[in-house]
Amino acid sequence: MANLRKLQEEIVNSQIWKSIFRVGIPNTNRKRVLAVLGSLILHLHPVKVRRSGVRMSYTWCMGGTSFFLFLVETVTGLLLMFYYRPTIEYAYPDIMDLREQAPFGIMREMHRWGAHAMVIAVWLHMFRVFMTGSYKPPREFNWNVGVVLLVLTLLLSFTGYLLPWDQLAIWAITVGSNMARATPGAGNEGPMSGLIKLGDVRLIHAGDDARFALIGGRSIGPSTLLRFYVLHCMAIPLAAGFLMAIHFWRVRKDGGISGPM
Amino acid sequence: MTFIKDFINVLSAASISFVLLSSVFAFIVYFNLFDGKLKSKIGGGFIGFGALLIVAGLFIKPLLYLGITYFLIMFVLAHLGGRLWDHKTGLWMLILGGGFFALSMLDGNFYLIAAKPDNVPIAAMIFLLGFFTWVALRKAYLNDRQMLAGGIPWEKTESDEKLFTWPDLVYTEMLCMIILTIVMIIWSVALRAPLEEAANPTSSPNPAKAPWYFLGLQEMLVYFDPWLAGVVLPTLIIVGLMAIPYIDTNPRGNGYYSFRERKWELGIFLYGFLVLWSFLIITGTFLRGPNWNFFGPYEYWDPNKLVPLVNVDLSEIIWVKMLGMPLPKLWVIREMFGIIFVLGYLGLPPLLAIGPFRRFYQKMGPPRYYVGTFLFLFMMSLPIKMVLRWLFNLKYIVHIQEIFFNV
Repeated sequence: MANLRKLQEEIVNSQIWKSIFRVGIPNTNRKRVLAVLGSLILHLHPVKVRRSGVRMSYTWCMGGTSFFLFLVETVTGLLLMFYYRPTIEYAYPDIMDLREQAPFGIMREMHRWGAHAMVIAVWLHMFRVFMTGSYKPPREFNWNVGVVLLVLTLLLSFTGYLLPWDQLAIWAITVGSNMARATPGAGNEGPMSGLIKLGDVRLIHAGDDARFALIGGRSIGPSTLLRFYVLHCMAIPLAAGFLMAIHFWRVRKDGGISGPM
Repeated sequence: MTFIKDFINVLSAASISFVLLSSVFAFIVYFNLFDGKLKSKIGGGFIGFGALLIVAGLFIKPLLYLGITYFLIMFVLAHLGGRLWDHKTGLWMLILGGGFFALSMLDGNFYLIAAKPDNVPIAAMIFLLGFFTWVALRKAYLNDRQMLAGGIPWEKTESDEKLFTWPDLVYTEMLCMIILTIVMIIWSVALRAPLEEAANPTSSPNPAKAPWYFLGLQEMLVYFDPWLAGVVLPTLIIVGLMAIPYIDTNPRGNGYYSFRERKWELGIFLYGFLVLWSFLIITGTFLRGPNWNFFGPYEYWDPNKLVPLVNVDLSEIIWVKMLGMPLPKLWVIREMFGIIFVLGYLGLPPLLAIGPFRRFYQKMGPPRYYVGTFLFLFMMSLPIKMVLRWLFNLKYIVHIQEIFFNV
């Protein structure tokens, strides 16, 4: 025991450790403050927090869970991108290979279950924030950012649903994207769309309506796959990451983790 | 056993389960408003309504099922009173629910649907939602009781107390991350992600379902056309959520659980989130089989199940059935009544502003009041359409096929 303590002290006091973490073991209040202030990741937090912000029964830890699951999705998704090619010849066989050939391969499983869990976590986070009235001033704007993040979470999950290119995938996306056909004024079968005419020619038809823009064709096909892949791996995560930065920053600026105002 | 299964199969029909759920919701809300003490008149009214349903059920069989269950649930709830929010009662309800779910897995048909890999998270979601609703309402109830006695909510008692982020917060976060990682690994090892045969655009599965979190919207398609269920209403849900902090001007209940201080906001939000959204997702996932027909949880998904198409339009009910005339050719005249109905519905806010909602109108001011009531009316259009469908087999209120405008 004494040896272990000594080893720990030696590591913490070594030049390498000190160059990275600056402070040693945060065993005094001064060091606790410095540990949080000196770290890029920890300084997302204030040095001190309300007691209710630490209580699990109050926060349900759902915002943190959502963020953690987003990180899980990023890491597992990145690994999946090494093996997956978004074309209709390769997409399904690549997933099949991941399933059958990769030893101990649970990355796809974790990615999929993580996605479901994230949707649930984000809903529960919204539920908690509503139940504690934490959207009220001064947090109105941050609630709005949160709603957009909720929508982006659903879109991330929706675009990812197509990528395995199996029966489950294309028919779920078919059902989902068929709704766009009925967009009022912008969908082929939407109300009022038939009234938009140039002479006798309908301007809104199956080849240029809202659904066409969404899936890049008249039916789910190779361009849909590529489109959803790019949205899933690049566009939406970037947008979500940007909004998350705002979300977290505003949590601090609007008075910290919610508690009675 | 078969009797219980049949009983639950009948009960889970949307028309019955929705009425049950709405009533239980109203009852629980009512509890929280009155500190768990039943005002004999209203509480008795709920139980009396159950008794009335049983009597009506002697003539119409499905109503008998509804009546018995309604009566029993209300009776139990009324006697539980404030104890509904005890640790013990809550735990027992969870154990009972979980046990019932586990027992149901013994049924082959139930197992087929509940154990489908993509449905597992929804089963988990039902329990999580139930648990967290209970947690939130329990805390609100305890706070409300404290405030009624002249105290302050417990969150306020410790709001001045601050803790160091290191170690209190970072250790909690660390622990959460470790537990989550373990859960995710076990879940991923135990259950393989679903993968069906390769995509085949020429053979569509029956039923073809959207991802589970959109099944509420797909279920709405039963009652509304795609332009409403798939485009307008989802947009309004998002807009409505974003508008909440600007419509709600109530300064109280900021940052702590409370029901009495925010009964309208909580009532409307919980109704939308739990009774409408979650109910629709659960129905769409577990109870909709081939051809989007309804199947009870213990029923075999028979692709050849015949469901008579008996739905009629409002125009047909009025012109043909009531007035005994053929449908007019011109759609403006044909759909006159429906259009008047819809316009009348959307014209309610100004009427309500001088009538029963005058208090809100004065408190909120015109812009907040009109945006809020407009969004509320759109939300309530769903249960209204559902009830009209069940009562009158009403298909469309306005049916203008000429420009794809069906409501």
